[in-house]
Amino acid sequence: MRRDRTPEVIGVIFLVVALSGPWLPQWAMFILTIAFARGLVALGLMLLLRAGLVSFGQALYYCLGAYAAGALGKFIGVGDIFVQMLAGAAVAALVACVLGFLLARYRGIFFGLLSLALSMILYGLLVKNEALGSTDGFNILPSTLFGIRPAADWVRYCVVVAAAFAGLAAALLVHRYLNTPLGRLAPAIKDNEIRVEYMGASARSAIHVKYVIAAVLAGVGGALAATNVGHIDPEMAYWTTSGEFIFITILAGTGNVIAPFAGALIFGVIHTLAYDLSPNTWQMSLGAALLALIVFLPNGLWSLFARRKAA
Amino acid sequence: MHPLKKLAVCGLVAAVPAAAIAQDSVKIGFVTFLSGPAAAPFGVPAKNAVEFVVEELNAGKGPAPYNRKGYGGAGIETLIIDEAGSTTTQVTEFRNLVQRHQVDLVIGYVSSGNCLAIAPVAEELKKLTDFFDCGTPRIFEDASYKYVFRTSPTATMDSVGAALYVKDLRPKLKAIAGINQNYAWGQDSWGDFEAAMKVLAPQVEVKTSQMPKLFAGQYNAEISALLSANADVIHSSFWDGDLEALILQGGPRGLMKKSITILTTGETAMHKLGAQIPDGTVLGARGPFGPFAPNNRYNQWFLKGFQAKFKGDQPNYASYQMAQAILGVKLAWEKAQEANGGKKPTNEQVCAALENMTYEGPGGTVRLANGIGHQAVMETVYGQTRYADGKLSIVNVKRYPADKVNPPQGMKAADWIKSGFKK
Amino acid sequence: MVAVDGVMYSAWLFMAALGLTLIYGVMKIVNVTHGSFYALGAYAGASFTGAWLARGYPPMLSYAVLFAAALVITLAFAPLIERGILRFMYAKDEVVILLITYALFLILEDTIKLIWGVDPYFVAEPYALLGSFELAGLSYPTYNLILVGLALAMGGALAWLRHGTRVGKLLLAVIHDPEVSRAMGINVGKYYLVTFTFGSMLAALAGSFTAPTVSVVPGLGVEVIVLSFAVVVIGGLGSLPGAALGAVIVGLVRSFSVHYMPQVELFVIYFVMAMVLAFRPRGLFSLAEPRKI
Repeated sequence: MRRDRTPEVIGVIFLVVALSGPWLPQWAMFILTIAFARGLVALGLMLLLRAGLVSFGQALYYCLGAYAAGALGKFIGVGDIFVQMLAGAAVAALVACVLGFLLARYRGIFFGLLSLALSMILYGLLVKNEALGSTDGFNILPSTLFGIRPAADWVRYCVVVAAAFAGLAAALLVHRYLNTPLGRLAPAIKDNEIRVEYMGASARSAIHVKYVIAAVLAGVGGALAATNVGHIDPEMAYWTTSGEFIFITILAGTGNVIAPFAGALIFGVIHTLAYDLSPNTWQMSLGAALLALIVFLPNGLWSLFARRKAA
Repeated sequence: MHPLKKLAVCGLVAAVPAAAIAQDSVKIGFVTFLSGPAAAPFGVPAKNAVEFVVEELNAGKGPAPYNRKGYGGAGIETLIIDEAGSTTTQVTEFRNLVQRHQVDLVIGYVSSGNCLAIAPVAEELKKLTDFFDCGTPRIFEDASYKYVFRTSPTATMDSVGAALYVKDLRPKLKAIAGINQNYAWGQDSWGDFEAAMKVLAPQVEVKTSQMPKLFAGQYNAEISALLSANADVIHSSFWDGDLEALILQGGPRGLMKKSITILTTGETAMHKLGAQIPDGTVLGARGPFGPFAPNNRYNQWFLKGFQAKFKGDQPNYASYQMAQAILGVKLAWEKAQEANGGKKPTNEQVCAALENMTYEGPGGTVRLANGIGHQAVMETVYGQTRYADGKLSIVNVKRYPADKVNPPQGMKAADWIKSGFKK
Repeated sequence: MVAVDGVMYSAWLFMAALGLTLIYGVMKIVNVTHGSFYALGAYAGASFTGAWLARGYPPMLSYAVLFAAALVITLAFAPLIERGILRFMYAKDEVVILLITYALFLILEDTIKLIWGVDPYFVAEPYALLGSFELAGLSYPTYNLILVGLALAMGGALAWLRHGTRVGKLLLAVIHDPEVSRAMGINVGKYYLVTFTFGSMLAALAGSFTAPTVSVVPGLGVEVIVLSFAVVVIGGLGSLPGAALGAVIVGLVRSFSVHYMPQVELFVIYFVMAMVLAFRPRGLFSLAEPRKI
């Protein structure tokens, strides 16, 4: 049986990013950081997808994480990247814990639509809130790392390393989780929930746990994205943002924990290329590219990789 | 390294255009809406202005003192990017413009949200960026910048001017109502208007403030509410499809006849919807643009040339704002170049030249007086519509000087209004 | 007054959402291109009718032109999409199909832009032609009554098709079990094609008849998607009376909030959606679905 090399690959990727970082152009580092942030959200989605659930409202936690990070800066004056990520995770976890009681009862498309409704409610609330800038949002404090503000040229690098660290650590943790009994329950729930309950496990609490984990991941991703872009606005909770995450997840496939990050990177590249090469028809280019990927790679990008390995 | 990642990074690196930056051209990045609902009223008219003005400048056909070729003798190379998409996308594309395409400066941005997000990034990347249209006063209220400028006035001016106009029109007005889009622009516009009215006419009562969702499109219920409110004045900062829907749905129901309706960005609708706008509707152009532009030689050049190039299409206020942005930066560029002994100036030198500058454009005088010399102030103008002989004209035009409708340097717009427009 | 506005808005919502619930009910796909067809109908309606009126043809027939425009534009695009792309995807997961329709939506958005440009279109004559009427001291355009009438007609026609005709009964079989239906000799593929085209046409009709009341701009379809979704989910996916009830509820709630609580108008519809889902997870009129053990 093939030995699972995932943890090693994760370690290698981190080293590569950390070492090659200073030589990468700044805009590439920026895209890479956003890819990690989005990848985190997609990782959470992948977890839920394995259990057969698609959340159309992950943007809710992404946005909460971003606003938590921003609020830290705006009201308390803290700009530390790791504190921001922790704040994002904490707020997301809290909200998910509460909402999970409601959502864990639903399956299929209704799970998706209810999560969508919840994220749109947040959007509406934020737009109404003029103190937080309504649709204009507000800017986030420049990042500090463990209290030290890096020199202007090194900011991007520090952020990308922090992002890589957070992303890959999360990937590692999720990977370990998937090998635990609770983690292994996911495909079983997807297959046949009644049998799972018959055997004594609680499908509902398993889903609740997965939901909270996915939310935490999205919250951290949101905080990361916010600190990288420097600006937060309610559109982060809009359904089109959730749509992007779902696309990345389906694009990447559910094969491996690294897949969401690869998918997020490819998505970011395609998006930028579409803007660059066809500024008047970038939507069409994006739609066509994504359609082609779905049609020709139905199991996500990872299937390309997995096939090679199996041989 | 993970093969897919390797591929992606290679792809990114390879995509960098290996173009040597020609020493004799100035590369300007323009960002404006090429898709979505904001394209028609703002994005495309602005893009057309870019095309016209750059073409004229590169041929040296601008009116003096803009008659030097391009920017300081070097031809202008334009790179236009779509402003549609999330702020994350916009920040990504801005960084690409600056770091991958290595533009010399950036002019653009209609959406206030984008302006707020881009300003600190421009500062971080030390790239001269001129916001040509976005309205929020927050940019220079929240922070001060070295590399960021705005050569158009803020939206505060629209609301204060509107309040002054309706007070002049109906000094004894008792009740006001509003219908504005429920997002930052609409909320701020209404907020400023209401505050200004409270100062100018303290006994005025707010009957209702409708805040439908952006792009709702169907306003029958809101119009019913406004009709039954019996207000003297109705204020709206609607734009594009929403504005046109309001006119098309409200006109036949007598909304504009029942109350004086003031549309602060109404100018963008007057060309297409001329016949549908009931007489007496008050229109604004966010400043002395379009039908309110002065008859100076810059406007003659701009208006005639634009109409000729775009086959009878009229430039609207977005076009004017873009034109004056390009011209203002050109002036500063050339001043800086002179001071630099004729060599291509650095961004820092141009910024120093642009600060506190006063110049003339198709809309009249632009004075960079606020935001420590980075924010422009201009006069504002409002007028009423009259449709006769198949043409829409504006009558009863009133102009309000810059210092009456813009806050003084250093004062926040909201505070200024509340204080009773303290000088 | 709240009721009058509510009814008019509900009629519009119903027309907009009907096609979506039909397609989901029969084909079990969440069709994001629904918004595109609404926009296509609006653009086609506006431009065809504009051209018709510009040539001086009788304005009274412009209503027929609106109808015809919707028909023509749907026939141009819907069969192509269904036969060309969707047909091969039915075996896939419903989320994947949703994403495919989302990708198609993106493509269609730019297709619309390429055909019609970014300028707003409007054709106000059909709206203004019928004048207005007075109700409770306020004047309402008579055109809105046409919209209400149209909504009722569409609902009625669909209900009749479902219950009164043989085709409708066969459709019921296809809805419940496509495989067995195939085994019984029903041409399921043809039913899917017809359903998709018909559902899209309903969306296009809604768009076309709304066109005279608004300015047709890019992005018109995006708002409609989310609203239609909310209505359909509240009523129960796939249920016709559900869509009607959902439209009425949302219309009245929105009208109420506009008149009395304007500040919550923004998210009240999602709130209602969440509330309904919390208590009736499958919507108000959902079909009982068997679960495999």
